[in-house]
Amino acid sequence: MGNEAAALPTLIGEMERVPDAPRITVQPLPWSAAHQKLLTGFAGGSLPAIGQVGNSWIAEMAAIGAIAPVPRAVHNLLADQFDAVVETNRIGGRVWAVPWYVDTRLQYYRTDIFARAGHAAPPLQWSAWKRALHDVKRVAGDGNYALFLPLNEFEQLLTIALSAGARLLRDEDGRGAFSETEFLEALAFYKSLFDEGLAPPVSATQVANIWNEFARGWFATFTSGPWTIGDLKSRLPAAAQDSWATAPNPGPRGIGSAAPGGSSLVVFADHRANPHAWDFIARLLAPQAQMRFHDLTGDLPARRSAWRRAGLAADPIVAPFATQLEHARALPKVPEWERIVSEMQIVAERMVRGQFTVEQAAREIDVRADRLLEKRRWMLDKGRAL
Amino acid sequence: MSAKRRADEVRAGWAMSAPALAAILLFFVAPALASLFLSFTDFDIYALADISNLRFVGFENYARLIENPLFWKAMSNSVLFVAIGTPLVVALSLCAAMLVHSRWLSWRPLWRVALFAPYVTTLVATAVVWRYLLNTRYGLVNYLLSLFGAGPIDWLGSPTASLPAILIFVAWKTFGYNMIIFLAALQTVPRELEEAARIDGAGRLARLRHVTLPAIAPTVLLVSVLTVAAMFQLFTEPYVMTEGGPAQSTVTVLYFMYEEGFKWWNLGSGAAVAVLLFLCILGVTLVQLRLARRGGAI
Repeated sequence: MGNEAAALPTLIGEMERVPDAPRITVQPLPWSAAHQKLLTGFAGGSLPAIGQVGNSWIAEMAAIGAIAPVPRAVHNLLADQFDAVVETNRIGGRVWAVPWYVDTRLQYYRTDIFARAGHAAPPLQWSAWKRALHDVKRVAGDGNYALFLPLNEFEQLLTIALSAGARLLRDEDGRGAFSETEFLEALAFYKSLFDEGLAPPVSATQVANIWNEFARGWFATFTSGPWTIGDLKSRLPAAAQDSWATAPNPGPRGIGSAAPGGSSLVVFADHRANPHAWDFIARLLAPQAQMRFHDLTGDLPARRSAWRRAGLAADPIVAPFATQLEHARALPKVPEWERIVSEMQIVAERMVRGQFTVEQAAREIDVRADRLLEKRRWMLDKGRAL
Repeated sequence: MSAKRRADEVRAGWAMSAPALAAILLFFVAPALASLFLSFTDFDIYALADISNLRFVGFENYARLIENPLFWKAMSNSVLFVAIGTPLVVALSLCAAMLVHSRWLSWRPLWRVALFAPYVTTLVATAVVWRYLLNTRYGLVNYLLSLFGAGPIDWLGSPTASLPAILIFVAWKTFGYNMIIFLAALQTVPRELEEAARIDGAGRLARLRHVTLPAIAPTVLLVSVLTVAAMFQLFTEPYVMTEGGPAQSTVTVLYFMYEEGFKWWNLGSGAAVAVLLFLCILGVTLVQLRLARRGGAI
């Protein structure tokens, strides 16, 4: 998919060909259509042997029986990986996919603006972090803000909620747990960032060019994933290249959490007996192939051994991602999850715009989540859910 | 005619129309009934994996749609498209038809081809071109506006401008087809009537109002029924140009149905949207027919 599909043929071309292995054809899909194509492919029985699947889709693919669990024989591929990422792929006690590359979200910040405000880096504890943002806002100049939290993206609120330790769903993931204290604390903190004028109440579509605004200093920090490193390197003016860095997310009591992201490789259920499929996945995960893949795409390798060999842990921009991944926590693994977080963000946006109080918003998210999970509860009652 | 001949004729009639009827049954009636059936179930990805996970939910899909604000947003967007788009397209295609019908125009075949061309070009390709035309910073549309001193409009990025932008594109894309229908109708209007009216001293507008329009009234009705149905079913244009954004301002009913059905894979709920959309189009068309009958157009 996307960038990975563009780089894969080069990578395969460079690999040594195994005698009597079948030919490999790569079919690229755009990310925006991939999810639907996978489901339609399953409905039509036309999925290929191997696929790249976004980590957040694995629960769904496993629930409908589209993918085969990872056999014991290749579990060594999971040995030196990040725990939270492997945990994401473990559903009903079995691992369903081998993480291929990883990502997570953390804060990008303007070192020069934070320095002017008297901070070498953003503090990692919520109250200190917020005080630093107030300092930044004071020196940022009129009409500028400290932080960019696009109101149409759920990832930021989710990161704050994970940092607060919210479990998000309860009762075997059959009901929303958005009215529990941890989530309430996160929601109140999220709202306060807007109420105190630290973040502008806008959505990402209202900002024509986020890189320009970051360079201009409209905001001094924002949350994003590793793909932004390349964007910032290519889009910011040369003069601004030395004035940005990355840092882990803050949490209520020290370093915060994040959702582990990235993609995994799966073998689709119809091809579970194909030994070449698992063999090919093992070859794509060899440290050498992982390093070459990182060179081609900029994706962060899933295996720690590849991190060590590529010297990624020594790169000051990339190293915080490893720290953040150590503190990542797996999200609820239910097929309805993506829709639940979309609803969560719709309610959160209304809360920021003043239509709900924090408690009302939390209750509303619970109501919506419970409605979406109704079928899952029925499946749980029948003992059919994973 | 003997009874046997008549029976033979009936049999021949059925035999002749059987292939068409079979196709309609198989590809139209059966799927329509299936989706009506689907709309009373909760068909979703669980049911896709194992059909025994399917449940009958009665009217629950409909009840949930009615309390879903995004459904109403999609409905109101679609109604806007119909309310503004239909008169716009009908007027535009009638003007174009009269232009290419007029006797003073030279190179008439060329004009007809040029005006019909948008309809036969691929929608996705033209949408890509229009995205350039509507670009905020270097688009031709904003350049032309700037000649009149009008400020740049963020056509596809602002929630208020996106709907007009899509409308302009849709009108440009579809008027050619209706133009051909109008042209055919205009050519049946006897020239003598118009000449008589002119000799009687009727101006150009009076001739249009009292001679041409009454003569082509059934065609106006046909075109407006077709356009209402097409406007209710807008999907590809917002899908390619804006993906329903910004801020869901270009989510049409059909787009909403697509998301319910194929993004979230709630086929039951998606089928319920389809049934409601069918009822809407049917309702509007019946109203149009009644108005036309009262006006004496048919």
